[in-house]
Amino acid sequence: MASAYVPGLKVSSALELHIERRLPLEGEIAVQVGEEVSWDTVVARTFLPGAVELVNVAARLGIEPAEVEGALLKRVGEPIKKGEALAQTKGWWGWGKRTLVSPLEGVVESYSAVSGSLIVRGPQRPVELKAYAPGKVERLLDREGVVIASRAAYVQGIFGIGGETAGELLLFTPDPRGEMAVTSLGPQHRDKILVGGALVSCEFLRRAAQLGVKGIVCGGISDTELAAFLGYDLGVAITGSEKLGLSLVITEGFGAMPMAYRTFQLLKRYAGRWVSLSGATQIRAGVIRPEVIIPLGDGEFKRSRESQAPLSGLQVGSAARLIRQPHFGALAQVVELPLEPQPIPTGAKVRVAVVELEGGGRLTLPRANLELIEA
Amino acid sequence: MDLERIHSIVATDCGSTTTKAILIERGEDGFRLRVRGEAPTTVEAPAEDVTQGVRNALAEVGELAGRPLLDGEGQLIKPDDGQKGIDLYLSTSSAGGGLQMMVAGVVAKMSAESAQRAALGAGAVVMEVLAANDKRPSHQKIELIRQLRPDMVLLSGGVDGGVQKQVVELAQLFAAADPRPRLGHNYRLPLIFAGNKEVRPQIEEILASKVDLEIVDNLRPTLEEENLQPARLKIQNQFLEHVMAHAPGYPRLMEMVDAPIMPTPAAVGAIMERIAQERGINIMGVDIGGATTDVFSVFQGRFNRSVSANYGMSYSISNVLADAGPAAVKRWLALDVDEALMRNTIKNKMIRPTSIPYLPEDLEVEQALCREALRLSFAQHELLAGELQGVQRQSEIGAIFNQQRRRSLIDPLALDMLIGSGGVLSHAPKRWQTALMLLDSYQPWGITQLAVDSIFMMPQLGVLAQILPQAATQVFERDCLIELGTCVAPFFVPGRPGKWGQPLCRLRWAGREVELKVGEMMVIPLECGRQLEVELEPIRTADVGRGAGVKCKTLLRGGVVGVIVDGRGRNPFLWPAEGPQRLGSMRTWQRVMAGEVERG
Repeated sequence: MASAYVPGLKVSSALELHIERRLPLEGEIAVQVGEEVSWDTVVARTFLPGAVELVNVAARLGIEPAEVEGALLKRVGEPIKKGEALAQTKGWWGWGKRTLVSPLEGVVESYSAVSGSLIVRGPQRPVELKAYAPGKVERLLDREGVVIASRAAYVQGIFGIGGETAGELLLFTPDPRGEMAVTSLGPQHRDKILVGGALVSCEFLRRAAQLGVKGIVCGGISDTELAAFLGYDLGVAITGSEKLGLSLVITEGFGAMPMAYRTFQLLKRYAGRWVSLSGATQIRAGVIRPEVIIPLGDGEFKRSRESQAPLSGLQVGSAARLIRQPHFGALAQVVELPLEPQPIPTGAKVRVAVVELEGGGRLTLPRANLELIEA
Repeated sequence: MDLERIHSIVATDCGSTTTKAILIERGEDGFRLRVRGEAPTTVEAPAEDVTQGVRNALAEVGELAGRPLLDGEGQLIKPDDGQKGIDLYLSTSSAGGGLQMMVAGVVAKMSAESAQRAALGAGAVVMEVLAANDKRPSHQKIELIRQLRPDMVLLSGGVDGGVQKQVVELAQLFAAADPRPRLGHNYRLPLIFAGNKEVRPQIEEILASKVDLEIVDNLRPTLEEENLQPARLKIQNQFLEHVMAHAPGYPRLMEMVDAPIMPTPAAVGAIMERIAQERGINIMGVDIGGATTDVFSVFQGRFNRSVSANYGMSYSISNVLADAGPAAVKRWLALDVDEALMRNTIKNKMIRPTSIPYLPEDLEVEQALCREALRLSFAQHELLAGELQGVQRQSEIGAIFNQQRRRSLIDPLALDMLIGSGGVLSHAPKRWQTALMLLDSYQPWGITQLAVDSIFMMPQLGVLAQILPQAATQVFERDCLIELGTCVAPFFVPGRPGKWGQPLCRLRWAGREVELKVGEMMVIPLECGRQLEVELEPIRTADVGRGAGVKCKTLLRGGVVGVIVDGRGRNPFLWPAEGPQRLGSMRTWQRVMAGEVERG
């Protein structure tokens, strides 16, 4: 296939984002097209159905399912409080009556004479959907959500954990090769989003969460450290719902991986800005990658946009990152794209690219192991 | 359509990431594969139209074959006029995650398991199995039904005339959850009821207003009988009418094809069943993908399929490590690899799933993980492909099920052919690596043929088998299947495992005689299509399928690897001592399989 390389993560100094915000269920939209929103503006709200409990009345009262109807004290559609009597046996001349109380507050929803069970549904739970990133409401999604147009500098990570958050961006290590040292953490980092270099440890993440740090952006993390922080070995890369006190965005991969210079420089330029961040990752069909969104003003956006190189496919001269050993993480420039598949050290014959490493030296590598550095 | 006049066929398989197309043509010696092409699948944004990817793949096939298949407007040219176009177009699909189902039954090991088998046999990925007796509280089950958003539900439970209460309760759970389908908001979730026929009125009353209810014959009419076909057919029918009809671009694809689109795994199952039936053999097949591993088996004419939804070589590779454990992966390596480094390598593959091993040690780690993914998937398959469970007896407190320990239908000794498929097996740099991965993971007993699907075209041949079975068989045998060779694996009689280095089996062929020791492997080169008569004489406490210590002469088929004699033992498989001995043995076995040394 002609596109045998990996398109690459987006790292852009100016990008027009169209952020889709969707409710889990249909609801009402709280904003209008053209309205300016902040990251914490509520754009839509709905009610999630309440908790449901199936109550096996027959079994709990020790009667036949056919007898349940006569024992019910509440009819379908009637409200009921938690602990309120739901059904009662007749007893023997008023003696030995057995009463069943409702396990939750709600409404009696349905009942079956065959199973002798009824369903009590709890009250609905309100859900509010925030804008997440500042911008302008571009489109309404028919009772389901909105699309927000946002002009921003943008960093896409390769892997992350934790959900959406926002905070002030702060450079934690002076260069992209540095390790995030736990000894440098302090109360001044509360509510901040910290940018580190090559490696973050479990100890650092735990301490940062304790201090109230909102997010961390770093080049790499070791798998054993991640497992220690999560409390389990991550099997499938579907994340975002973890409740660990902070969100994490890894930009390069697993192991000690210096953050790509361009990514680091971009984040450094906007240190002190309020940014939106999400650690949610899903590496399957419909890929979701973690991200950092740095909102830009109109003038700033225009200037950055003009200085940006246009997007292109893999070609001689393309800048790429090596995404497999050897030289994992190294930056290189494509110098030749041979047409015919060629043998590689494993013995496989694959389509290759000849690259010149940033630090010098030529390598012939599978195109599949190159990730284009996108503007 | 006059099938006799069909000269050219195009079949596509729309996978999650790639749409693969093959062109088959009729020549003087029957049907043969002409060319294969592929293009990225276009179900997701920005295209959101599966036919774009199909047209791109067809255009590539047309270019490679040197004749156009599409006209200027991108429409298929039909019929074939000798210069352009084709006569028949067929397709399978697993794009967008395939057919995702939830199944439910009263007893986990009985009706729920039968429902699972019915769904898997119809080509579905089973997202969740609910059972009245699975001990989860009802609110948790309702939450699950709501969250998972399957494409379809299969509800079963109760033999005809049997339990009613629990079946109705399950229906109440589904009604309370008010489930919504995954694709599209304008249609109701299809729910098929295949349980106790006596509760049909209650099921209709509870569910008819909430879901698109279909009722078919009970899939477990009695405890001793399983009747999966009506449910399977209804699932496939609903798949086309509801799920496919709401997937991006599929209504157009349905207009393009000359026969109904089949779910990919159902098509693979169909071709496997057909081959097993035609040759009168027991078959196992495995297709290991990036996210999932499918295992198919046909033993004594009974077809079974299982999907290990989270064992695969890219998206799910970390899950293989998590479930198998690092030690189980490392035991297959001929190199001493640092565990922390290995874990990082595996995670990096998970987050960059399209990258490929460049260094031999990287390849070895991936192939070790493949062995474990296959081993775990085979074990899951064995659990599912069993004889029916459940003997019912009445007691004063109602129906109590006495669950008997059952026998699996999968008999490693009765297996005649093991077929591997999927990138890591089909595209291994050396065919001997594929053979060794299959051997190590499944560990067949006695005499077993090993084969690999050359370019993974079984789905297309499966759908073709529904229309032109002869053409499907011809292409399968000539162009699809690559025979790796035959494996001879002596096994120990129960309770008498051999000792490392002691004699295991004597082999005589073409005037030669060799004594194979426990822990040794050996390869006799023998080309594809050739056969060799070999006399096998196992020691008194070992067997090659004819009885302990029984000498036998047998004809063995060759292959690209040859005849492989595996003396590492079965029942149990004997591991060398951990440390330098294990590393040395691993290296030696690799050299034997590579043909560098005859045995060792």
